[in-house]
Amino acid sequence: MSDITPPKRPRRWMLYAPLGLAAAAGAGFYAMLQGLQDGSYDPRGVPSVLLGKPVPDFSLPALEGVDLPALAAADLRGPLPGPVLVNFWASWCAPCIIEHPQLMRLAREGIAVHGINYKDRVMEAGAFLQRHGNPYRRLGRDEPGRIAIDWGVYGVPETYLLDRQGMIRWRWAGPITADTLEKDLRPLLRRYA
Amino acid sequence: MIGELGHFALALGCILALVQAILPLIGAHRRDARLMALASPLAGAQLIAIASAFGALLWAFAVNDTTVSNVVLNSHSQKPLLYKFSGAWGNHEGSMVLWVLILALCGGAVAGFGRDLPSALQARVIGILGLIAAGFLGFIIFTSNPFERVWPPPMDGQGLNPILQDPGLAFHPPMLYLGYVGYAVTFAFAVAALLEGRVDAAWGRWVRPWSLAAWSFLTLGIALGSWWAYYELGWGGYWFWDPVENASLLPWLIGAALLHSAIVVEKRESLKIWTVLLAILAFGMSLLGTFLVRSGVLNSVHAFANDPARGVFILALLMAYVAGALALFAWRAPKLGGTGIFAPISREGGLVLNNLLLCSIAAVVLVGTLWPMFADILFGAKISVGAPFFNAATAPLAIPLVAAMALGPMLAWKRADLAGALQRLWWVGALAVASAFLTLLVAGYHVWPALGFAAAAWLIGAAAADILDRIAAFRRPSQAWNRARGLPRAAWGGAIAHAGVGVMFAGLAGMGLATDALVALKPGESTRLAGYEWRLERIRDVQGPNWSARRATVTVLDGARVVTVLEPEKRFFPVGRMNTTEAAIHTNALRDLYAVLGDERDGGGVLRLHHNPLAPWIWFGAVIMALGGGLSLSDRRVRVSAPSRKAATAPA
Repeated sequence: MSDITPPKRPRRWMLYAPLGLAAAAGAGFYAMLQGLQDGSYDPRGVPSVLLGKPVPDFSLPALEGVDLPALAAADLRGPLPGPVLVNFWASWCAPCIIEHPQLMRLAREGIAVHGINYKDRVMEAGAFLQRHGNPYRRLGRDEPGRIAIDWGVYGVPETYLLDRQGMIRWRWAGPITADTLEKDLRPLLRRYA
Repeated sequence: MIGELGHFALALGCILALVQAILPLIGAHRRDARLMALASPLAGAQLIAIASAFGALLWAFAVNDTTVSNVVLNSHSQKPLLYKFSGAWGNHEGSMVLWVLILALCGGAVAGFGRDLPSALQARVIGILGLIAAGFLGFIIFTSNPFERVWPPPMDGQGLNPILQDPGLAFHPPMLYLGYVGYAVTFAFAVAALLEGRVDAAWGRWVRPWSLAAWSFLTLGIALGSWWAYYELGWGGYWFWDPVENASLLPWLIGAALLHSAIVVEKRESLKIWTVLLAILAFGMSLLGTFLVRSGVLNSVHAFANDPARGVFILALLMAYVAGALALFAWRAPKLGGTGIFAPISREGGLVLNNLLLCSIAAVVLVGTLWPMFADILFGAKISVGAPFFNAATAPLAIPLVAAMALGPMLAWKRADLAGALQRLWWVGALAVASAFLTLLVAGYHVWPALGFAAAAWLIGAAAADILDRIAAFRRPSQAWNRARGLPRAAWGGAIAHAGVGVMFAGLAGMGLATDALVALKPGESTRLAGYEWRLERIRDVQGPNWSARRATVTVLDGARVVTVLEPEKRFFPVGRMNTTEAAIHTNALRDLYAVLGDERDGGGVLRLHHNPLAPWIWFGAVIMALGGGLSLSDRRVRVSAPSRKAATAPA
């Protein structure tokens, strides 16, 4: 190879490339900011590969000592009487305590909330429900956390919304706070009612 | 009253910055010495105004002035004084004031220490800094007033997020901002050079210390943040490829490239256009980080409270500065053609390779960070890009970078002898291979840790070989000491910084061999992990200044010998109604024993125990890198032959 000479006249268009890229990025960012304001863009909705699909096949045992039926995929296949929430939780998770009052409220309003108890101990999970109340209609026990892997669960708490056809429509990683309930979940529940 | 004075000082600073932006630039254009001479006093006045505003903000936090809404939202009377101060910059508004204060300090430093700069260049640099300051001061005044009043004042503040009440995090933002804002100065130099249509060795000598200082501070800032995540978040991890972490890594990578290409400009008057572009991009990446963190367009654990109106303002500033500078670049860069000619195998060639690889890594990180957002806006597709992508995409670029890092300093300028350099490094190569095999032998089949230790041995060995070679330790041992003392500090600094990267790789490789266990223990029970016996003694209540906690006492035994007593805590902060976990860490520099207390049940507790070999080396490595940068800054050549003596050592 011969010596590399820094080109005396770099190709002019190459000098415009950084500007073009920056301008394109700027336009994209502007669109995101607009989307944030009108609600069409929301970075907090953590994506899920399961959106628009039915839940993967599973069958979980009931939690011993708690008088609730077990949960299986068959219980989540459409047609369902109304939208359904599936909530992954554990007694050792502090945000689950923060989220619990919202789940209780939804349950009182007649929304079907099913629970999947994730990597927990029977005694602890039972005590948790006794202390904080039980919002669940059905409760499966995923002690090894296998189902959570199939669903792509980030961590507990995590909640999925299924429409009446049993399709997953929404996934929320993190606690459902009062704010999340009003701003995100309620509109969706109305839409899929 | 103090609050209003602070607010007024901000407004005054904004006007001064605007004047500082306009008059010196016009003066430099018209070669009007009187207008150019205004640059320095204006920068000084602006610095005084911003410092007063920052002082007023600190005062409001120190006395817990609950008529200031920022204090109410972020402070509390019962907080220790350090965290009252760190609360002042631990929130969006206050951190912006700190940001412009550091910018004003940089402007003051260029004004005060840059008297030997050509007056037009100095006026232009100060003018550009004024332009940047005016924009961000406008942003503070119009969208993020830190002195906003509330009336009637509440009884007390709501407290700082307890997870942020930590000495590591108290100094994390100032360090990061010193880095980010340092790149504002190199940016200003780049734009000034484009305006002048000239880049020469003197320009390179000025840009290099600033980029070195900014890079060293950024290194420390990132390391502090990562260290904080390691001991405070209690996950046992140290880097999560979180978008906000990436946002600080991007200017660091581009800055590292800039630092190296500025050497070529200074020594060989080559790579000028490229260096100017890097200087613009380094600051552009700093601003991009600011935009991502504060606009709400991304989802992160670190993001500030979000407000789209602020986002639009920052985006406008980002586009005005970066796109403006890039447009100027496209127009004026052809005038900056280089003169130095070099062969592909040469010091310059090595530095070009370094630049290409560092910029490729930066591009990968940038794309990985932004792609989910753009995929969402363009195709409505929700995807997430996580650690697997970043690890897989950066490793193939990091491997040649590490390989070349050792060779580069061995090559001569203009035309070098690669075979000769390799010959001098044969024993280092052997050491690297031996480290890899030793790792596989001792720890079993772990490819990445083995590669990591090989990289560490290769880099540290090569840094040592470089120094030994320069002082001719083997050829003329009797004079080695004198030669070592006479060796330029920049040479020492470079070798030490490269060795620091090696130390960091050793830490990363060690963490690749970490083991952990989740156990439920009752007092008196014990478990085994990594050859140690971990015994839970008791769990009890303790009281802190503004928290109460449950504290577990875990004795770690090696046979019958007590290695250490770990006391992990779960703290409860009544003011914010929040819990934090305080991991207990015992280090002997070769490994960390790390314990986190989880929930309590049946009179016992759940403990997460980690054995992290060489974990502290990750941060030692970063500190060594920054030290290398600092040593390089103190080089006599930087101080003497650069137009000014002191600017190089002034804090960026």
